[in-house]
Order: sequence, then C-alpha cells, then structure tokens
Amino acid sequence: MLGKGVVGGGGGTKAPKPSFVSYVRPEEIHTNEKEVTEKEVTLHLLPGEQLLCEASTVLKYVQEDSCQRGIYGKLVCTDFKIAFLGDDESALDNDETQFKNKVIGENDITLHCVDQIYGVFDEKKKPLFGQLKKYPEKLIIHCKDLRVFHFGLRYTKEEEVKRIVSGIIHHTQAPKLLKRLFLFSYASAAQNNTATDPKNHTVMFDTLKDWCWELERTKGNVKYKAVSVNEGYKVGERLPAFFVVPTPLPEEDVRCFQGRGIPIWCWSCHNGCALLKMSALPKEQDDGLLQVQKSFLDGIYKTIHRPPYEIVKTEDLSSNFLSLQDIQTAYSKFKQLFLIDNSTEFWDTDIKWFSLLESSSWLDIIRRCLKKAIEITECLEAQNMNVLLLEENASDLCCLLSSLVQVMMDPHCRTRVGFQSLVQKEWIMGGHCFLDRCNHLRQSDKEEVPVFLLFLDCVWQLVHQHPPAFDFTETYLTVLSDSLYLPIFSTFFFNSPHQKYINMHQRQLSLPLTQSKSSPKRGFFREETDHLIKNLLGRRISKLINSSDELQDNFREFYESWHSKPTDYHGLLLPHIEGPEIKVWAQRYLRWIPEAQILGGGRVATMSKLLEMMEEVEHLQEKIDERHHSQGALLAEAPPLLRSSARLSSLFPFALLQRHSSKPVLPTSGWKALGDEDDLAKREDEFVDLGDV
Amino acid sequence: MSLLRGLLGMELIGTSVRLFLDFQEKLASLDMRNLRFALKQEGHSRRDMFETLTRYAFPLAHSLPIFAFLNEEKFNVDGWTVYNPVEEYRRQGLPNHHWRITFINKCYELCDTYPALLVVPYRASDDDLRRVATFRSRNRIPVLSWIHPENKTVIVRCSQPLVGMSGKRNKDDEKYLDVIRETNRQISKLTIYDARPNVNAVANKATGGGYESDDAYHNAELFFLDIHNIHVMRESLKKVKDIVYPNVEESHWLSSLESTHWLEHIKLVLTGAIQVADKVSSGKSSVLVHCSDGWDRTAQLTSLAMLMLDSFYRSIEGFEILVQKEWISFGHKFASRIGHGDKNHADADRSPIFLQFIDCVWQMSKQFPTAFEFNERFLITILDHLYSCRFGTFLYNCESAREKQKVTERTVSLWSLINSNKDKFKNPFYTKEINRVLYPVASMRHLELWVNYYIRWNPRIKQQQPNPVEQRYVELLALRDEYIQRLEELQLASSAKLSDPSTSPSGPSQMMPHVHTHF
Repeated sequence: MLGKGVVGGGGGTKAPKPSFVSYVRPEEIHTNEKEVTEKEVTLHLLPGEQLLCEASTVLKYVQEDSCQRGIYGKLVCTDFKIAFLGDDESALDNDETQFKNKVIGENDITLHCVDQIYGVFDEKKKPLFGQLKKYPEKLIIHCKDLRVFHFGLRYTKEEEVKRIVSGIIHHTQAPKLLKRLFLFSYASAAQNNTATDPKNHTVMFDTLKDWCWELERTKGNVKYKAVSVNEGYKVGERLPAFFVVPTPLPEEDVRCFQGRGIPIWCWSCHNGCALLKMSALPKEQDDGLLQVQKSFLDGIYKTIHRPPYEIVKTEDLSSNFLSLQDIQTAYSKFKQLFLIDNSTEFWDTDIKWFSLLESSSWLDIIRRCLKKAIEITECLEAQNMNVLLLEENASDLCCLLSSLVQVMMDPHCRTRVGFQSLVQKEWIMGGHCFLDRCNHLRQSDKEEVPVFLLFLDCVWQLVHQHPPAFDFTETYLTVLSDSLYLPIFSTFFFNSPHQKYINMHQRQLSLPLTQSKSSPKRGFFREETDHLIKNLLGRRISKLINSSDELQDNFREFYESWHSKPTDYHGLLLPHIEGPEIKVWAQRYLRWIPEAQILGGGRVATMSKLLEMMEEVEHLQEKIDERHHSQGALLAEAPPLLRSSARLSSLFPFALLQRHSSKPVLPTSGWKALGDEDDLAKREDEFVDLGDV
Repeated sequence: MSLLRGLLGMELIGTSVRLFLDFQEKLASLDMRNLRFALKQEGHSRRDMFETLTRYAFPLAHSLPIFAFLNEEKFNVDGWTVYNPVEEYRRQGLPNHHWRITFINKCYELCDTYPALLVVPYRASDDDLRRVATFRSRNRIPVLSWIHPENKTVIVRCSQPLVGMSGKRNKDDEKYLDVIRETNRQISKLTIYDARPNVNAVANKATGGGYESDDAYHNAELFFLDIHNIHVMRESLKKVKDIVYPNVEESHWLSSLESTHWLEHIKLVLTGAIQVADKVSSGKSSVLVHCSDGWDRTAQLTSLAMLMLDSFYRSIEGFEILVQKEWISFGHKFASRIGHGDKNHADADRSPIFLQFIDCVWQMSKQFPTAFEFNERFLITILDHLYSCRFGTFLYNCESAREKQKVTERTVSLWSLINSNKDKFKNPFYTKEINRVLYPVASMRHLELWVNYYIRWNPRIKQQQPNPVEQRYVELLALRDEYIQRLEELQLASSAKLSDPSTSPSGPSQMMPHVHTHF
C-alpha cells in the first residue's frame, strides 16, 4: 500500500485522540517514494477542459477504521475541477465500480462544488482566501456536496505548493464572469450527441406548445390561456418567453410593468382551482404612481376574484413566511454538522447531535415549508379556492411552494419525467436565480441561499414517508442535488431563461445536453444504476381522490382526515409533519462520513432484495411467455443486476472507498452529565450490604 | 373521583367478563398510555367499578391469583419446550475439552438466582465453584454464556466481586478467572467489562462490592462501560413519556428527545455490547461481563453481544431461546422490575431494563433490515405480554421461584402464542446468513425513537402498517409463487402433450432450485 502510515488509535476505547493535524511520519513516506512515481494515474480531461496547474507528492488523507492513512499522488487544478491522482482506487472490486459516477471521480471536485478552503499552519486551521503571504502545510477543502478533503503539502516542492494553492484559491473563490463558465468551453468542444427519446422526454416549457400541452393535461385550458407576448423577451427579462395567464386578462396588462403584478398560472387542480403566482410591482415613492399601481392591481384582482364563481386566496410569501435569510442561516449551521474533519469530531458532536440539529432549525424550516404546502393544498382541494402566491420576484419561495404543492397533488409530478418537467416549469422557466443562489460566479455570498436544495429535501421527506408514490428514489434526488455544481449541464447555471437565451443563442451555441434535465441521470451513472434510481414501486393509472364532498375549512381537520384514511399513492399525498417524522436526509448529508456507514445495512439492503425479486419475477414471466410461444427451450439466464452476494454498504452507491472496513466503529466520547439525575446515578440498583466493609 | 387511570386489559372467558388490570399508573407509563374512563351512571355503581378494577388490576395486593394461572387458552405448539439448556449448549459445541456442564446448582443451593444447569471450566472442581461463590455478590459465579465456534473465546457472566473497602482478595476467584482465560489457549489477558460507570463501581466498595483490581488480577484487563443504573433508566423513560403523551412535541422535538437521555442510554448499551462482541469475534481474548448483581446490565450486554455474534439468535426461535436463557433463566428480576400484579407503583425496584434491551434489538433490526427473521410486531408482542400477565413466561424473578410455583405446568408460554402463528411475526426480507457478525452503528445519527412502540397510542402519529416497501415485496413474493405454479402447470401440460407422462414430474423439480436460490 502506498504511503501507508497509521496515525491515531486503533478503535479501542482508550485510543489516543487523533486530531485533524495528524501526519504520516516522514520516514514512512520516503521509504515508499519510488513506488509512487511508478503508479501515477493519468488525468482524464473532458472535451474543452484545460489543465491549469499541478503539484506532485501531495498526500491525501483517508479515514479508515478510525485511523488516518495517507495516499500519495498528484494534485491538479483544471478549469473544470480539482483532481487528486493517486492509486487509491486499486482496491475496488468490479461489482461496485459499475456504479461509478461517470463525470466526477472519487477524487474530483468541480470548481463550483468547493465551498470553503482551509489551510493548516503550525497545526492551526485558518480559512484561505485572496493572496497568501505564507503557504500552508495542509489544505482542507470543504465541498458543497459535503465531502471533506485533506491534502498534505509537506513533501511537495515549495514552488509547486505556491502554484497549486494560489491556483485553487483563485479559480474557486475569485469572482468570475459568466462567459468564463466551463459550460461554454465544454459546449463548443463536445459533439452534440444528445439522443432524445420523443415519447418519454422532459417537457422544457420553452415553446407555446409545451404550455398548451400542460394546460390540456391539467384541464386548465377552460379558464387560462398560453400567451406569447414575451417572445424574444420584448416585455420583460424576468419572464419566460411563453407563459399562461387567466383568459380574461388583456395581454396589454402584461406589458404595463414588465410582467410584474400579473397573475401567472402554475397549475390547475382537478376541481378547476388554480395555483397562481405574482411578483410585486416596483416600489414607488410618488403618490401619483402609487395610485396608478393601485388601480392596476384592483383591475387585475377583479379579473381573477369573481365570487361566487372564482374566489382567490392570496399568500404573501414575502412577509408572512420564511425569509431567504432564515434559510441561509439555517443551512450554514446545518451543513457544519456534516463537514467533519475526523473521527474525534464525529463522536464529540454525537452526544449533542439532536440539540445541534435543532439549533440549526433546518428541519423546522422543512416542516414549515411542508406545512405551508399542505395549507395551500387544503385551499385548492377542500375549499375550492384559487391560491395566488405573492413574492418580490416570484422566483424563490414561489418556486418552492408551487412545485411542492404539485408534487403532493399531481401524481404525474411524482414520475421521473413529470418531476423533471416540473423543475423545468417552475424553477427554470420560473426564473429561479440559480447562478446567484448557488453563487456559481462567486460574486456575492449574501445571495447564496440553498432554496432548491430545500425543495429537494422537502420532496425527500415525502419520498421517505411514501416510497411507493414515487417513480424515483432518494438516490435520484441526491444525484440531482449534485448536478447543481456540475457545469456541463446548462440547466442550473443561469438566472433566467432570458439570460440563458442571450448567452447561448446569441453566441450560436447549443449545449449538447439541452435535454439536460434527464441527462444527470441518463448516462450519468452507468446503465445499471438506472434501475436503482427508477422507482420500483407502483405503476397504476393515476386517479385523484375526490374528497370535495367533505368541505373543511381547517388545516388540522384536513390533515388529520387525510392521514386517517388509507393512502392512495396515485392521488393526493400529504406528508407527516410531527416532530419525529421530519428526518435528516442521511444519504445526501451523511454519505461521506465513514463512521456513519452501516456495513451491509440501511435501506439499500431491502431495496436490493426488492430488485432481486423484481428481476426474478420478470425472468419467470419471460419463461412463461417463452412457453406459450415455443415449447420447451429454456431461456438463457440473465445475469443478476446486483450480485446478490455483494453486501452493500448503507452509503451505496456513494463513498465506495470506505467499504472494506469490517471493524465496528466505536464511539470515543464519554458520557454527558446527567444534571439533576446525578443523585440517582450514584445510587445502587438495590441496596443490600454485601459484607463487611 | 370517578376518573380511573390505569391500563385495562379485557379478556372474555366463557360468558363472564373478567377484567384484569395489570398495571397501575407507573406501569401504564411503560406502555406509554394513560386511560381515563368517565362513568355516566350515578350512585354507588361507580364505586363498585373502581373497586373491581383495582382488585383485579393488582391481584397480589388482594391475594388473588395472577391471570396467567387462570388463562385456559390452548395453542397447538407448546412454548415451554422451546428452550432446553442442554440442547442449546450442545448447539454451541458444549461440553468440550475445556468446558463442562455441571448440575451443582440442581437444587439452587449454590446460587438461588441462577439456573439449575451451568457451564463452567473443565479444570474448576465443584469445590472451587463453591469457594468462588463466596466471593461473588449473591453467589453469582462466572459461568459461560457463549463460546465462539472457531476461536473458542468465550463470553462469561457473573456479579461483582466482594472486594469491599478493605480491598479483600480471594485466591480461588483469581485462579478461577485465570482458568477461564486459559481455556482458549491464548496468552492474552482476560478482558473484564464492568458495565457500570467507574465512580459507581468504586462506590460499591462501601457496601462490600467492587471490581477486579490490577494488583489482584494480573492477567486481566478491566474496562468500565459507563452504563447507568436502573433508577436512571426508569427516570429517563418517564421523561420519554412526558414528551410523547398527551401531545407530541413539535418544534422542540429534538432537544426534548435529547433531554430524556433515552437514546443516549441505548447508545451506551449498544456500544458496550459491540465491544464485547468485537473482542470475542476478533479472537483477541475471552470476555467476562458483570455489573453489580449481574442480572440487569449484564444480561443486556451478553444477550446483545450474542445477537451480534451468532446469527442463530436472529431467528424467531433463536431469539426466544436467547431471552429464555440470558434473561429468564439467569434471573433477571422480571417480577420486581415490572411489578406484576403489585400495586406499589413507586417501588424503586421497577425499571424498564428489558424494554431497553428490546429497544436495542429494534435499533439493530432497523439498521440491518434483512438480518432478522422476526419483524417489529414480534418485538412489540413480547413487550405487550411482558406486562399483560396472560402468559407465565415473564412471571417471577428466577428459575427457582418459577419451579416452586410450577409455572410451566400451570400457565401458558408466550412462545406458544407466537410459534403457533409464526407467519404474523416474520420479516419477509430476512436473508439467512450464517457466521455474519453484525455491528450496528452506535451513533445518535442512526438511533431513533421507536415511534411505533412509544407513540403508538397517539392517533396523530400513525405509521403505515405494514411498511409500504415491505408490502410491495410481499406482493412480489406472491406473484413469484403464482408464476412458478403457472410455469409448472404449463410444463405439465406440455410434457403431457409430448405423450410421455412419466417424465412430467421432473419438470417442476428442475425449476425449483433456480427459483429458490435466495431462500
């Protein structure tokens, strides 16, 4: 094994405390140096990708069996990723490498995925940015997908350390121009080789036809019309080229305030009630202008609120709901719980896990989003009211809630294609500012808010509580969340359809993966994983529950009555929101932490059993068909999808390297004070004098 | 007033309705439920009702028999035959060259809370055992619980040594532990896990107890596992009840859960058991486990470690044997810890130690959903009948008391109910894996409150039963069986057509091996 040196304790209770500044002893490294240079791994570059700088004899630390060992290799930085080229993948066996990410290797970090960089100077950890006077002996990279990398630079030449450290800092942290995104170099270099399956593809909502199709599907075309008034973005840059408004609304109204103050259709419920959204009018000081705005809004309101036929309930998300600031603060606390440097830190925080989790408020924010979505659902479903969501730009919480409501109410949105179309409709065409919210250009940390991740986490809660209602699994959601930081797909790298239009079309470029909503999945993993991601459960024709006969005006009643009935996975779906029911999305957040791995356990264990059984049933079915056609001859046995002998880790298909550990992980931290129970703790179980003292 | 709190069980026998309330307030809290009855009728009938209820709820306080002795249920399986110690030890390959079965405790003279049959080192004579007994609390000498089939390291259980303030020593005890160490021909030290926190072990010296010191036991290494006593556990569970009843905490759920410490205790128990299992499985050394008396924390640790090490105990019958052996026969004081039929609910002897063990098992089955033959319902059923007094299984404190009361003759075993109805308690995902050691992850990140047990009475928290993935799997299983049958029929039909009926039986049997590969 390369550069292997054991640092820290071996798993016993009295193991010495390993700290994040544990080093492999110099002697152990030099003895292996020759071997290293021979086994170098070649750098794999994507089309259009360029190598920027590199450093050799870098040590990557690996956590294993609660000790650290180092792997020797080369650290490189390209205009797409940071990559470590070492030999540590040699130990993988074939079975699991089938499920490898095709674009991003185990040791690759895309530049957009870098969250925070730390340097270790004299055993002290400091965040790195800007120009450095002194170069660190160790580099720690925290990623947005919550991986943590430790690179030792002690044995690297000083020149190379300078080049790689300043290179990495510059390319990941300095503000960037949109046109410098790797996306564009990739697009011009890669061949346009998208194969689209016309029958089964994601609706992109970039044509009038797509909107008409959606109107027809939801039977919204009675009261709503698709308009092309913004074709060529003549009216407003925040609006998509095509969208849907109430039929009686005059098209001129759209032009008045560049599309602001206009009720824009999101979705229609089976009873004809619609979910609408509206962005706020510009803030004016002038009384005259305010008067104009007021009468404009009154007019708009009259066209949509016509009791008793049409009643509208408005939800002002800017003032009565979560703020983006709340979400940002919560997530930055929450993610720290998973960015763990070493085993000691893991066990030290373990005792206080629940209160740390609670103090981040992330789960509470999820609960509030789910609750709000249930409230909106109740209005639409039980009270036959239209709901109008209001937000400053109608592109953050509006996207989140409208898509969450649709996932809960429209079973089509729980299929893979339907979900992708939903993301396309509400988030991409809805103008969610992915560029700013993910801080892809590193221009403002303040704007960075994980709204889309929050949405995925809410959906995960539903998937976790009702797996048979979805055509996809949590792995799909996890991979989708990763693709936010993968600049080869254009989907999540623009602030609006207009911005994408001017940057792509005017430059005469089309991305190879404009059908990109399906591409992170299709061919992202190798084919076999498709089966895992695709949900295995339930495929009946959808039908919606009709509970309009029970008119309830109360959220609790609605919620409890739904939960007291057996679940129809093809109808309305509500989440449980009580304290114990909102959980941590372990696959997304805990997947890189070796201590949290359950060898041969977790949900994967039952899922792979289910897969095996599905396969067997399919195989039998084929045999029966075969019998019907030609008598006798048995079919050749199909190779099993997952080798049933392979015992998968709970972290599957992520974090393959830690898989070999077969020793138990033992907590190293002690007992927390019991406080007021101390008296009890000192008591004997049963007081009996056992003999002379 | 006329409000009555308590847990009520109703049983219809013949035409008469018999009420039995096995619990008073404190025990109702173990079940996480408080019932209130408002009686409409006026006059003296309320008083009668109340008196009847208390009388049958606490039969012992009114010199009435416990219901199990009146239960006339019949099952087609006799659960009392499930556990036969000789057979169980034979399954473990005992006796062998180093370990013998002794009947020294046949009349419970050596130790009145131990079973009649014990496994001890071959080299220790009966006189040695008697001398060791004088130095162990309540004469609970170190005896074998489990032996590793390959490396022959063992798990041995006992109570604390009677060291006392003066630091007494006993040559026989020291020699005895050394004999145990030598049984697997390892030169390493014997590992002693004292389940208690260090301070408690020290404090025990004041009452004559203590722990094995380095000076006296050169060839042993002692570790404390920091598991708290029965009083701490009881208070902790009480707090769990407070956060789930009558309302479930919402926005402060997590910190309230943390403040109960319940999962923290679970974590420590599991961590201790993992350490025991790892020591034995790695073949590093044999392990001796004790706490104070060796019937609470010790039983938790040995039985959980055995569950991790030996896949046999993960089957339905295997688990019944494990409970019967490590808990019932080795004198976990069920009667005192539960307080069957007794009205003194403030009794300090009560503690949910067995419940905590079952919770640990549930946590393991949650982490390894394919490793256990039994399902959640099995565990809940065990807990329900831990309190119900419908079966004799958990009555009394030890084997000698049970023998005196002729429990096996006069009551029905819980295992009769379960084993005559096994399908209800089976986990469809179960995959039998021999020699697989299961190490759960004892981290708060993976431990959760057992909602389906602790919060099952709350109508708002209703988990889907059965779990939808499981349901889907069962449907697939049925579909598979249907296809197999259809295939067989097709094969029969085609071979009949081929005019040689004698070859037809070979068709289906050819099919079967492929189809059953996973089972």
